[in-house]
Amino acid sequence: MTTTTLTYAGKRRRQALTTLAFLSPWIIGFAAFFAYPLASTVYFSFMHYNQINPPTFVGLRNWKYVFTEYPLFAPALWNTLWLVVVMVTLRVVFGLGIGMLVTKVKTGVGFFRTAFYLPYLAPPVAATIGFVFLLNPGTGPVNRILGALGINAPNWFNDPSWSKPALTVLALWGIGDLMVIFMAALLDVPKEQYEAASLDGAGAVSRFRHITLPNISPIIMFAVITGVIQTLQYFTQPTVAGNLASGQLSAPGTMVPPGYPDNSTLTLPQLVFTLGFQNFNTGAASVIALVLFAVAMAFTLLLMRRRSGLLTED
Amino acid sequence: MTDARRRAALAWIGTHALGVAAALFFVLPFVFLLLTSVMSDSQALTSNLWPTSWHWGNYAQVFHTPGFLTWWRNTVIYAVVGTVLCLASAIPVAYALAKFRFRGRRTAMVLVVSAMMLPPQVIVIPMYLVWAQQFHLAGTLWPIIIPLAFGDAYSIFLLRQFLLTIPDEYIESAKIDGCGELRALLRIVVPMAKPGIAAVGLFQFFYCWNDYFGPKVYAASNPAWWTLSLGLESFRGAHHTNWNLTMAATLLVMAPVIIVFFFAQKAFVEGVTLTGVKG
Repeated sequence: MTTTTLTYAGKRRRQALTTLAFLSPWIIGFAAFFAYPLASTVYFSFMHYNQINPPTFVGLRNWKYVFTEYPLFAPALWNTLWLVVVMVTLRVVFGLGIGMLVTKVKTGVGFFRTAFYLPYLAPPVAATIGFVFLLNPGTGPVNRILGALGINAPNWFNDPSWSKPALTVLALWGIGDLMVIFMAALLDVPKEQYEAASLDGAGAVSRFRHITLPNISPIIMFAVITGVIQTLQYFTQPTVAGNLASGQLSAPGTMVPPGYPDNSTLTLPQLVFTLGFQNFNTGAASVIALVLFAVAMAFTLLLMRRRSGLLTED
Repeated sequence: MTDARRRAALAWIGTHALGVAAALFFVLPFVFLLLTSVMSDSQALTSNLWPTSWHWGNYAQVFHTPGFLTWWRNTVIYAVVGTVLCLASAIPVAYALAKFRFRGRRTAMVLVVSAMMLPPQVIVIPMYLVWAQQFHLAGTLWPIIIPLAFGDAYSIFLLRQFLLTIPDEYIESAKIDGCGELRALLRIVVPMAKPGIAAVGLFQFFYCWNDYFGPKVYAASNPAWWTLSLGLESFRGAHHTNWNLTMAATLLVMAPVIIVFFFAQKAFVEGVTLTGVKG
């Protein structure tokens, strides 16, 4: 009797040790590259620290500085909000449209799918440099063509009111990830529902509203939430586009203030970089990092709570 | 009948006209980049769309840019070493999360998803300070390669989604034959999960290949460790009047990704659908 209980306990202990062994890389990684730096960011947000002299406690002064005095916080927050509302919405709508188009096309499906997907793979620095050239007001092909059509072309990356729309065009070009996700979702909608609706005389618009949309709404939610989270990390495209369009000859090691033109492409992640690595204002950078963290986690919780959540078992 | 057929024909024309219009939006940028990349230096300064003479030598000139091959080598090191380390550490973790029953499994998944969604900028300053002050590795790519040996959250999540689709019976029967968990993983699960592992490996490879933020933070100060992303950024500075050379370099950085895509299309699509749909 006792021996069986012992082996049972021993078995359980061995199973627990095996689990621990398999999980160990991630446990170490989580502690070293998530928990520690996060705690450290909280700590630095209450410190004055220029990365040379030891940190000194300053209470809420960094928080007050960022929210009430730091002049770049308001434009960066506004731009990030603009991108969340306009860019994410347009990406979801356009991605859904392209996904529907691909499921409807009958001839040359392979060509269309590849053509729509490829730009998504283009390395962001390369794609951004490409678009700064394509949209440049002087010799760019896009404005050349718009001009030939008699359209008064904007200055895109060189005009504060057109720089975010230009970034949006670039983001729409790389829609391939959403296209594939929507395509898979659209093909999963049961065909019988469409056939029944057609028999009832429902037109294309009403079929879309009453059958397609309800069926794919979880995927739309997924696309919106992950889109918002990606926008909170939006760094590469605005940095490269701003530097390049400003015409300053910048090497990666030289420090150029971001946001050209007129802070119109400045985003919150860029502020973390600028404050932390150019101004050595560790405290203020940490405050902005925590703002980003709070918003990202709020949207992550939304994502995990949705009906067909990320955590389902099958 | 003829009416229905005419409607079908019109629908076909409408759909395909839209398709061609959309295809132009996606393809024309590549075409213009290619055309500009082979223009002469002086023509690239004009707004001509079509090259008057074709200078394929521009591509050779890009390869002779000081540092270009170094950027290439560093990017390959980052992407290859990073992907291998990432897969080696993520596979056992994903397996445990998908197939082991243990207390706190759900909490562990919540933490994985949280780590996956964390903007890298949130933690970058303390991480930089540690790598620079304790390990003296600022100015290299090691601070972004080493963490990949400790189970990248995104790869763990995707692999776990894939491993859930492997029936438990295969693993059970392997254990009845006397396999331990590790043997069962290596002999049974890994071979069955090859498509998923390939997809996650490709994703990680291209994440590294395309990464700009990581190299910018850690390696921007040291050109010996620049990647293609950083080099390309400097390229326009060094060749500020030569859009043709900049476009040639841009296309050369895009090329490997596109070539690999054509060889591994299926794995890519598998990977993208894994992210969202199999929830």
